[in-house]
Amino acid sequence: MTSERKNGTGSKSGVSRRDFIGRVGSGTVGAALGGAAIKPQATSASQSDSLPQMTLVVNGRSERLSVEPRWTLLDVLRDRLGLMGTKLGCGRGECGACTVLIDGLPRYACMTLALETEGHQVTTVVGLMDGEELGPVQRAFVEEDAFQCGYCTPGQVVAAEGLLRENPHPNESEVRAGMSGNLCRCGAYKHIMNAVRRAADTGR
Amino acid sequence: MLANFDYARATSVTDAIEQCRADGAVFHAGGTDLLGCLMDGVFTVRKVVALSRLNELRGIEQSADGGLRIGALATLAEIAKSPLVRERWIALAEAAESAASPQLRNQGTLGGNLCQRPRCWYFRGDFDCLRRGGTFCSAMADGNQYHCIFGGYGCYMVHPSDTAPALVALGASVRIVSNNGSRLLPLESFFVLPRQDIRRETVLRPGEILTEVLVPPIPEGLRSTYRKVRSRGSWDFALAGAAVAIQRSGSRVEYSRIVLSGVAPTPWRSTAAEEAIQGEVLNTGTIVSAAEASVSGARPLSRNGYKVDLVRGLVAEALRAFALQ
Repeated sequence: MTSERKNGTGSKSGVSRRDFIGRVGSGTVGAALGGAAIKPQATSASQSDSLPQMTLVVNGRSERLSVEPRWTLLDVLRDRLGLMGTKLGCGRGECGACTVLIDGLPRYACMTLALETEGHQVTTVVGLMDGEELGPVQRAFVEEDAFQCGYCTPGQVVAAEGLLRENPHPNESEVRAGMSGNLCRCGAYKHIMNAVRRAADTGR
Repeated sequence: MLANFDYARATSVTDAIEQCRADGAVFHAGGTDLLGCLMDGVFTVRKVVALSRLNELRGIEQSADGGLRIGALATLAEIAKSPLVRERWIALAEAAESAASPQLRNQGTLGGNLCQRPRCWYFRGDFDCLRRGGTFCSAMADGNQYHCIFGGYGCYMVHPSDTAPALVALGASVRIVSNNGSRLLPLESFFVLPRQDIRRETVLRPGEILTEVLVPPIPEGLRSTYRKVRSRGSWDFALAGAAVAIQRSGSRVEYSRIVLSGVAPTPWRSTAAEEAIQGEVLNTGTIVSAAEASVSGARPLSRNGYKVDLVRGLVAEALRAFALQ
């Protein structure tokens, strides 16, 4: 899998930085660059060659995967499924950047073991698209200029979606409470509040 | 990346107990505190026994005697939003709602909330902590802004749960199941003070599992509330909190329970404050009396004297709110 850089020269090997980092994780960088493959360290707890298998349903698609028990949902979404919309912030359930919906309820992907999601429906920010168009909550965030660096934004959008699914017409304090699990270091809170209100008003 | 562990899904409570017999095996309920502890290196595990398939541990319903039965796997969000809980056992709904953040409330369970490990930064950090088997307690000397003003003895942790004091105020019991059968224990007896055993926070032994919480029916006219003081409006644990349940006969207090959070290694019942208002009318004089009584015997450390004022204020505010009803 190669990809060209958008501007200027493509890399010599035809491998983008994202591909490289992705392949290091899966141990196939050797194959890409013709060197020795790098294998993840086996531990005594996982010496068996067969990792637990699971079926993960993400954004309506069913994926059959081998996972290590220690992998969080976030690890699997980003490193195995290439769903980069969901972000790693603090990695410990204290910022909200990794917010996804599990059976429609906002959850932190970084605090959820992947194996625990079997039998449940996971929705990421990518799953809120309307085909190739932005979904209503995403559109509201754009229209209200509700982000600066954009890093917390997927988590904010998914949290807002979860809030509005449960309470389509939240009052001010309900919006604050519903969004209180998402931090924004750029301080775009006022605009985020406006975006949630706009999404609610336009009947999300 | 965490060190790896084995993973098994329990198929029944009996199976869960059996699977957890192995050395280094732990239960996974919601997993919020478990993962946090693993990330901080508080302990390591060889095997995670997931309880998520045990539907018999879920649910919030009214029991035959008009009381409340809550499964250990009921989430904090489910409890906070339950019309049944909100209608009568208000302190519990308010406590559940005040915990953590929306996302964590969707994941965290009542059982896990009661059994969670301390937040003390020495316990969770790379320190030689007594409770973790080390040789001394750093909080005694300094860095004790978030430690206890009651019940400290060698260890000065505070119990982090909001639902625990609310449930104690409401007279709750817990069911503990083992291979020898099941027993019901008043929640007040579930927690362990450092003076009794510095190495554990609850009476749960290996081979035992908390399956449900039972709350007695609410007598007519009993009101309850949970108030929590913290730095931020979300995520933070209590700097101090108070669960208060009051029943009046006419204008006099017939029964009360005042239980504090964030100030002791266990939910801390303030019997002195309860006695101060017993049989009394709630007015400025009796309320101030009760507030003063609630901090009698407090032993602040070098940096947490502010908690004494917080407790006094919390108790006064809660009683004043009832007086005005």
